[in-house]
Amino acid sequence: MNLDFSSKKLSFIKFHFIGFIFSSILIIGSLISFFSFGLNFGIDFKGGTLIEIETKEDVDISQIRLSLNNLSLGDIQIQEFGSKNDILIRIEQQSGGDKIQQNVVELVKTKLNTDLNSSVNYRRVEVVGPKVSGELIQAGTLAIGLAVFAMLLYIWFRFEWQFSLGAVVALIHDVILTIGIFCITQLEFNLPIIAAILTIVGYSMNDTVVVYDRVRENLRKHRSLKIDQLLDLSINETLSRTIITSVTTLLALLSLYIFGGSVIKGFTFAMIWGVLVGTYSSIFVAAPLLKYLDVKRDWTSTSAVDSTR
Amino acid sequence: MLYFSRSKKLLIFLTIGIGLLFALPNFFSKNSLNSFPNFFPNQQVNLGLDLQGGSHLLLEVDTDVIINERIDNLTSDLRKLYREEDLKISSIKTADGSLKFKSSSTAQSVINKIKDLSFTDSQNLLQVGSSSNLIVNINSDEYLEILFTEEYKKLLTINAVNQSLEIVRRRIDELGTREPTIQRQGTSRIIIQVPGLEDPDQIKSLLGQTAKLTFQLVDQSVVYDPQKPDKAPIGSEVLPSDDDPNYKYIVKKRVMVGGENLVDAQPGFDPQTNEPIVTFRFDGIGAKKFGRVTQQNVGKPFAIILDDRVVSAPVIRDAILGGSGQISGGFTSEEANELAILLRAGALPAPLIILEERSVGPDLGADSINAGKIAAIIGFAAVILFMLFIYRTFGLFADIALIINLLLVLGVLSMFQATLTLPGIAGIILTIGMAVDANVLIFERVKEELRNGSSMINSIDNGYKRALSTILDANITTLIAAIILFFMASGPVRGFSITLAIGIFTSVFTAFTVTRYFISLRVRKMKSESVGLKI
Repeated sequence: MNLDFSSKKLSFIKFHFIGFIFSSILIIGSLISFFSFGLNFGIDFKGGTLIEIETKEDVDISQIRLSLNNLSLGDIQIQEFGSKNDILIRIEQQSGGDKIQQNVVELVKTKLNTDLNSSVNYRRVEVVGPKVSGELIQAGTLAIGLAVFAMLLYIWFRFEWQFSLGAVVALIHDVILTIGIFCITQLEFNLPIIAAILTIVGYSMNDTVVVYDRVRENLRKHRSLKIDQLLDLSINETLSRTIITSVTTLLALLSLYIFGGSVIKGFTFAMIWGVLVGTYSSIFVAAPLLKYLDVKRDWTSTSAVDSTR
Repeated sequence: MLYFSRSKKLLIFLTIGIGLLFALPNFFSKNSLNSFPNFFPNQQVNLGLDLQGGSHLLLEVDTDVIINERIDNLTSDLRKLYREEDLKISSIKTADGSLKFKSSSTAQSVINKIKDLSFTDSQNLLQVGSSSNLIVNINSDEYLEILFTEEYKKLLTINAVNQSLEIVRRRIDELGTREPTIQRQGTSRIIIQVPGLEDPDQIKSLLGQTAKLTFQLVDQSVVYDPQKPDKAPIGSEVLPSDDDPNYKYIVKKRVMVGGENLVDAQPGFDPQTNEPIVTFRFDGIGAKKFGRVTQQNVGKPFAIILDDRVVSAPVIRDAILGGSGQISGGFTSEEANELAILLRAGALPAPLIILEERSVGPDLGADSINAGKIAAIIGFAAVILFMLFIYRTFGLFADIALIINLLLVLGVLSMFQATLTLPGIAGIILTIGMAVDANVLIFERVKEELRNGSSMINSIDNGYKRALSTILDANITTLIAAIILFFMASGPVRGFSITLAIGIFTSVFTAFTVTRYFISLRVRKMKSESVGLKI
């Protein structure tokens, strides 16, 4: 099958402002939802207790809620997790420091064992105290910041500062939109999501680099071509690759999302979103930005690394 | 780019061969692996706690307790000093690891003597260099403040954590669980990972006690008065009873014998009452001390104190000279067993605080593995079909490379015994999707060259050459993300960064060797048989 777009000459640059406006709306929407709803932090970042149980017989969630509310442990969220007998219980962090958190699990276990008329299998127990959750927030934020900064340096080193700036703007765009979707859907934001965002950073960069690489090559090849046409040409020439790689990655991720189990659903969701956003931003954000960043046209000097070596 | 020298070919086949050899054990059951010859690699992928089930605990040694203990010792040394020097000391306050008090003299000679307390018996067990561990500040109004030097506090912490590590290891070993990992993290933290543990409560309960055992005499000069619950004569203290929350004992502060002199402790049953008990045996020094105390105090109650709670206070009937005895305190047999373990392993220098716990039951782990396998197979099949559909023959080459790539990831994971976690499986599946990228970049480039009128061979050659720098740049960026993740994360998420990074290397490797080799074979065949080749 032939996915040749280079002959079709789709003009992305001509309509780039539509992309810019679209992105701006999404970013503003993300920011608004971040400051109004905020992220639904999981216990990794908020502290607290998570218990996943499996009951032999069918147990009504309301019965579990009733039973646990008697313990007065504050906010308790109870939900089905994957199947009807698989139930996830989240209990907010108890005030009083790290020592107190440990009592929660014991209290809940004894309570459920006596109250429910079904044997209970404790599939997963996670307790994160206030000290660790604070540190995890810091480490997560630092990791994302560090990754973006490392990309900035790498692209600067391999290309020029204009490319580096364009790529990083696209990256920040992707990160904001990913955080935005988690604010809007109120899906749990936990440690694996940070990993997903970092991967998105890597993937989006990967996509952007492929387009930029072609831009640089074309800058050398077609010295007289207008920047608009040159960018269009570059996007078109790499479009088939962009699409094919996105499709294979999405195929793998979709399979993981559908069959991979409930535990990593959120993580996979973030990645799928990230691949879509990352692909979009390479074409509609990173590439058109070069138009405004006044890229160097004369690549005859040896300062840059030659890609046609 | 299509020519492979003999040595290069050999090297490629060797690399892949070794990789596949290491991947092989994962396709056999543990039992059949035992029958493998010895020179054969027989290590399977190391599964993370989230896949095989198990407990992860992050503990912190409560070093404040140790500092406070030191301050308590210092206070009594200080009182003694002031008594001997005929000075007055008053309003003693301890706060935040410092000791403040009013002194009748703040002369330099007094301050020097206070500093020298650093060298008295109860303090100089840990000595940094030959200078004092104490800083003495003169505050206004004749108030003095004593602080420990930072070096000394650091030394105390390091020592306490080292000791705790040892004791934790001994306690967990007593449980007989398989292959626990116990390591220090940072300065004052300990990570414990116990695979395949059904019930982490047992471990938590074992680690939740410092298990400091002391034998102290009961103070019979006063009777416990519930109206004044904390009142005790100087040199005595009020301690709660272990089994009756309403009852309290007044015991003399002086420790007659301590748990550090125990050589053995075993659970058992009292032959008369059939009640679970713990029998213990002292070492030489302990036996001597115990003998002397019991000899001199026949008829008096002797309190057995565990972690500041009185377990029991039996009346001494006879002098116990044999150096062994028993503790009874209304235990269940599990409690007696646990106490025996704790006493054998020794006391923790300070309490451990659990900062984080993550336990996964073995069946959830198994479910995750199954789900991961299914997702991997389906994702894999989808990508393979898609590549065939898009690139036909070349797609087949890319698919073969993809299969080898996956096996290599498995081989590298087994070889280095890296841990495979659930996010790690996600990393592998993501790699499946992204691994073909290098091939896609090359093939698209080849197509372009063909469109520009180059011959097939030239197009393939140029395609590889031109795509190289793009592939490197594109993969290095993902690798940077993976490396940052590796250093910032721990546990399951770290496993993701590992598989992602391995996948990046193997996919670039297979694209430039396996796919290229097949293409070169095909092109040669095309030349000899003049078969057309389409991409």
